[in-house]
Amino acid sequence: MNSSLFLSQLLNGLQLGVLLFLLSSGLTLIFGIMNFINLAHGSLYMVGAFVGAAAYNASGSFWFSLAAGVASAALAGLLIEHLVARPLYRHDHLYQVLATFGLMMFFNELAIVIWGNRPYFVTIPESIRGAVTIFGAPYPVYRLLVIAVGIAVAFGAWFLIQKTRFGMLTRAGTTNAAMVSVLGANVDLLKKALFMLGAGLAGLAGTLAGPILSVQSGMGDPVLILALVVIVVGGIGSIRGALLAAIVIAVIDTLGRAYLPHLLTLVLAPSAANTAGSALASMLIYLLMAFVLAFRPHGIMYSARR
Amino acid sequence: MHRNKWAGWLLPLLFVALACIPFVAQAMDEPFYVTFFARVLVYALAACALNIVLGFAGLVSFGHALFIGLGCYTVAILADAGIANGWVQLAACIAVCAAVAVLVGAVCLRTSGIGFIMITLAFSQMFYFLMVSLTPFGGDDGLNIYESSDFGLFQLGGSQEVYWAAWALLLLLALFLNRLRHSPFGMVLRATHINPRRVDAFGYSVFRVQLSAYVLSGVITGMAGFLLANLTAFAVPSYISWHVSGELIVMIVIGGIGLVTGPVLGAIVFLVMEELLKGLTTHWMLFMGPAIVAIALLGRNQFAWLKAGISRPGPMKTAAPRRVAGEAR
Amino acid sequence: MNAPSLSCRGLVRYFGGLKATDGVSLDIAPGELHAIIGPNGAGKTTLINLLTGELASHGGSIRIGRDDVTGQPVQRRVELGLLRSYQITSVFDAFTVGENICLAARRRQGVGWAVWKPLTAYEDIMRVARGVMADCRLLEAEHELAANLAYGQRRQLEIAMALAAEPRLLLLDEPMAGMSAAEGAAAIELLQGLKGKYTILLIEHDMNAVFALADRISVLVYGSVVATGTAEEIRNHPQVRQAYLGDDDDA
Repeated sequence: MNSSLFLSQLLNGLQLGVLLFLLSSGLTLIFGIMNFINLAHGSLYMVGAFVGAAAYNASGSFWFSLAAGVASAALAGLLIEHLVARPLYRHDHLYQVLATFGLMMFFNELAIVIWGNRPYFVTIPESIRGAVTIFGAPYPVYRLLVIAVGIAVAFGAWFLIQKTRFGMLTRAGTTNAAMVSVLGANVDLLKKALFMLGAGLAGLAGTLAGPILSVQSGMGDPVLILALVVIVVGGIGSIRGALLAAIVIAVIDTLGRAYLPHLLTLVLAPSAANTAGSALASMLIYLLMAFVLAFRPHGIMYSARR
Repeated sequence: MHRNKWAGWLLPLLFVALACIPFVAQAMDEPFYVTFFARVLVYALAACALNIVLGFAGLVSFGHALFIGLGCYTVAILADAGIANGWVQLAACIAVCAAVAVLVGAVCLRTSGIGFIMITLAFSQMFYFLMVSLTPFGGDDGLNIYESSDFGLFQLGGSQEVYWAAWALLLLLALFLNRLRHSPFGMVLRATHINPRRVDAFGYSVFRVQLSAYVLSGVITGMAGFLLANLTAFAVPSYISWHVSGELIVMIVIGGIGLVTGPVLGAIVFLVMEELLKGLTTHWMLFMGPAIVAIALLGRNQFAWLKAGISRPGPMKTAAPRRVAGEAR
Repeated sequence: MNAPSLSCRGLVRYFGGLKATDGVSLDIAPGELHAIIGPNGAGKTTLINLLTGELASHGGSIRIGRDDVTGQPVQRRVELGLLRSYQITSVFDAFTVGENICLAARRRQGVGWAVWKPLTAYEDIMRVARGVMADCRLLEAEHELAANLAYGQRRQLEIAMALAAEPRLLLLDEPMAGMSAAEGAAAIELLQGLKGKYTILLIEHDMNAVFALADRISVLVYGSVVATGTAEEIRNHPQVRQAYLGDDDDA
């Protein structure tokens, strides 16, 4: 086993984990506090990717593309909150799933209408191109940047939730939403702000992912499922759980895809090993989720007070 | 389920109307209608089966496409291996679906509410990715079926045969569900949605009853997959996509969760709507999406009413749960 | 008489740092109607939840007759005939009164794979159900949806369901809460009729009912039993008068 190859795979896993974390933290906040399951979260990720990519292609500015991606996703989030989420807060999750499922369909088709069916191409910004040598192996600077941004955002989220008034109200909201309005906070505005925060995080993830993954209609679907697995494993409502689960799941997924086919050649013929390996690798995280849920039905970091 | 007086004649009327379709299609020389409605009936069968857990027990499975896929691929794989005997294929389909349903259900039923929705989704995704990566079985492109299921007396060789098979199965299922909902098993199952704690307190095993229902639901959905394979002569991973699972739920909600015939009506409405939209524009999903959102918003009170025994809001009733003065916590 | 004894020794239950049940010991003789009274928050409902098994105990033991049921799940205790009614009405709103009671009556047989014949078509079940409905004055409401019943009738249904399930022991959690005077009187009459047939643990605030029905009374304050005795003994017990009834006369 090549150690520098292993290291770069590990870093890839970490980078995917960071993107997953950005996506799932928003999802788990919205679900944990407002009890609203938003399948259109993947669409917000897609919006961020498309608008961010378009902004970069138009302006050449990395920072502008980030801002555009985040802002557009947040705006889309605001619209979704007002038109679809609000009427459904007090209703069964069935209807939330259904409505946001319809939204997903809409957004995916809208992307095709605007940008067509083929992947929309965007390059890694000039200034951040190139590679850095880590333990003797080259690793793209951009991917390191993604990891760094993710860690920064994780820290920022922690600070926001633990150290600010907004965060206090949010945390109070997880245990007793009714009380929060008694505290004098405008609950409707709080919910909108929270939704936009979650949406913005998804948009950020999309914009960052653009140059690395493929920007196209439906790109949010597989990532959304992964995010759902993350929040179920990590415990609904828990940011720490989302961070832990996102990293673990992403690393397992990445390493699994890289090494399982290889490992199976020890026991199977090469072509069978390849097939079985990639099959097993793609199922791996779901097996992990089933395993976790079998022993801890509420996820790893579930807060019992809920 | 609702105590609708008019539901009594809805079922026979519906099935008589459906029985006329192949004759009408022949008269109009439009065999396409038979194929189209055969597909409608197959999905109606799957949606009715899903309603066993969704409508009765309130378990929102977002992964029922898993069983459609299991049914489809059982037929395809056996046909590919030279086994075209319908009875053997059917037995295998039932066995596989039952086994998977027991395993998957046992894990999924450890969660509830949103956890259940997501874990059922994840299991169907697992199977989806499995079939995509298994290139011996066609991978992403799927597996062609060159021989239709042979049941001796008849073969499911064309749309007509599949249509009647689906029609018959659906009728049997609808009649059975009508009996089930008032039977001891059915009532306890419904009770697990209304008040699970009380059900447990009487010594009934909520888990066993729900798991049994899930297995029954999975097996019947698998049979719908069996028919689908014969209709399209094709088994492909996209049959297992979560969009299919979502569409089954849309059909149930359109038709009315509380009605036995609801999913059938819903399947007809949904697939006809889809077909009409497809005829208008390639970007039909741009309109289908918001339509689904509208359906969700319009039907959002159904579930709560079902639990509370309300069939329609009267002047005194609301959708909120009863709060009575004097009941202190 | 099939009713066994019910006893517990040193029952303990914590909720975080709060000791909600503090070493409760009770001995209820077969067929006895034993009342538990005490101020709000004394832990009466918690005690019932511990006895039924819906809450796990953190110490102590529970026996039904000669069977030690400590740590046993709810189902096991139900099999031994331990049934309860709830303080907050917990019936099946979407079903009719008849269906609710039949569901309860069916519990001994279980449901197995009975998927064809309607529940209410089973003769033996309906016989039991009709009997219970008559006792609880619910016969006219047989086909009424539980959701549409008046509050007092819902409380009656609550008791009726516990009765229909063929109990040997009954744990009744404030069955008369919120009932009108007339309804309360009817309920007292009903419970009088049950005395001796079952072993009954009754939690009630209605002192008329308690003193009229109870063979013995225990007083629960802050999670522990401060006194046990007959109605007379409790009435005159100084600690009880102070802690609960107040130093003034008559409850």
